[in-house]
Amino acid sequence: MQYSEKVMDHFMHPRNVGEIEDASGVGEVGNAKCGDIMKMYLKIDGDDVITDCKFKTFGCGAAIATSSMATELIKGHTVKEALELTNQAVVEALDGLPPVKIHCSVLAEEAIKSALADYYRKIGRPIDFELESACDADGEER
Amino acid sequence: MSRFVYADNAATTAVSPEVREAMMPAFCELYGNPSSLHKKGRDAKVALDGARARIAATLGCEPREIYFTSCGTESDNWAVKSGAALMKRKSGRTHIVTTKIEHHAVLNSCAALEKEGYTVTYVGVTPEGIVNMDELRAAVTDETALVAVMYVNNEIGTIQPIAEIAKIAHEHGALMFTDAVQAAGNIKIDIPALGVDMLSVSGHKLHAPKGIGLLYVRRGLMLPNLIDGGGQERGRRGGTENLPYILGLAKAMEIADERLADNPRVAKMRDRLIDELTSKIPYSYLNGSRTERVCGNVNIRFDFIEGESLLLWLDIAGIAASTGSACASASLDPSHVMLAIGVPHEKAHGSLRLSISHETTDEDVDYIIEQLPPIVKKLRDMSPLWEEAQRGGDTEHWGKVSKIR
Repeated sequence: MQYSEKVMDHFMHPRNVGEIEDASGVGEVGNAKCGDIMKMYLKIDGDDVITDCKFKTFGCGAAIATSSMATELIKGHTVKEALELTNQAVVEALDGLPPVKIHCSVLAEEAIKSALADYYRKIGRPIDFELESACDADGEER
Repeated sequence: MSRFVYADNAATTAVSPEVREAMMPAFCELYGNPSSLHKKGRDAKVALDGARARIAATLGCEPREIYFTSCGTESDNWAVKSGAALMKRKSGRTHIVTTKIEHHAVLNSCAALEKEGYTVTYVGVTPEGIVNMDELRAAVTDETALVAVMYVNNEIGTIQPIAEIAKIAHEHGALMFTDAVQAAGNIKIDIPALGVDMLSVSGHKLHAPKGIGLLYVRRGLMLPNLIDGGGQERGRRGGTENLPYILGLAKAMEIADERLADNPRVAKMRDRLIDELTSKIPYSYLNGSRTERVCGNVNIRFDFIEGESLLLWLDIAGIAASTGSACASASLDPSHVMLAIGVPHEKAHGSLRLSISHETTDEDVDYIIEQLPPIVKKLRDMSPLWEEAQRGGDTEHWGKVSKIR
């Protein structure tokens, strides 16, 4: 398994690891059976801007690196922008992933959406985006 | 990191200097074709016969019962598929008995036979990783063509009661094959005592090069040919003999026999790894039997973390090891061996195999014991499962809870 230098950098020095006590939204995706679980914490201000973002991940090198990169990509951005983040963008930002690891990037995208859905629920905003699970279809990427 | 510790000897081994030395003459001096009549050919034939005889002596069989192949997988395929074909032709039997913890060379050969109409019974193992003998006894019938059980498991190093299983197979008139790829070099292989009809060995697991293996076929067993050709290997496996590698294998097997005396020292290092790692690291458990286990195998499950990230960190620290996690393989399923010994699916990703050898030193063991606990801690600190466990969550049934929400 050959990872890019960027992936190894984010694996060895993951950005934004941790929890946010009074998070605006918390999302958790994946399951241990598949071998990855990502938990994403978001702090969102009154202007819908993600001011802080933390994660905890159980999983392989790619799962840790995609979580780390995803938090980097949405921090400081608006909720709307975060919802537009695709797994492909995470893969590109990491200079690519081995084909069998693409599902990790899907999981990272979903972790963010899951945390945003939690935020929407908390503030009583209707969820107008899709929530899917990368791990449902036999653990295969969707 | 300056230190490098190779703890993946069950994956492959370095060619030993003595083995390399033994091979060298066959490249530029003993290059004759053993089938040629001239002196170069005759010299090669003498060397080939000598190697075969020395190998037979280490296994306790006759030289004519040794067939050289290119690897363990080839030997396994030949034994299972041709053994099954022979019995089908002879007696119409189409039932195979094997176990849930075999190497994929055997499991996938069995799967190929299933597609051809054979039925296969996959016998389970105990939580210790030893074949469930009651289940095996019930599985073998007078319709069974072949019983295929590995001598030593490649992941957890457990030693299977092959002699007892061979007796059961023969009571029902079935053939007995054992994949001894992980046994060779680790324990004494005594074919008469085992009573098997076929047995496979791979060179690169015992300090011979990759690309050489053998299949023992009991004299009188008319195993169908694997490769039709110019009559080499008693006509059953054609192709000019790979003399350099055969000489290497012979040397490696002789050295392995002498090194069995060193096994207690290796076992002591193994036990130290098991004891210190499982006592220093909470929620860590030995996979497989503590006693019925080869001297070089350590396999420990660390809960709340995943094996590939563990391997990556160990690699950065200069330690080469291996895992049964799905995430470290091309498939998305965790190790079938972990599942067979009853490790829950969600915990099967956190296993680490350290396979040491006589080349491992006490300093290497110290280094692993020093490096591993902080790596496990680092990964747990970023694991949501560990966070849950620390909060007093359910540490037994984790992982079944989270789905997207």
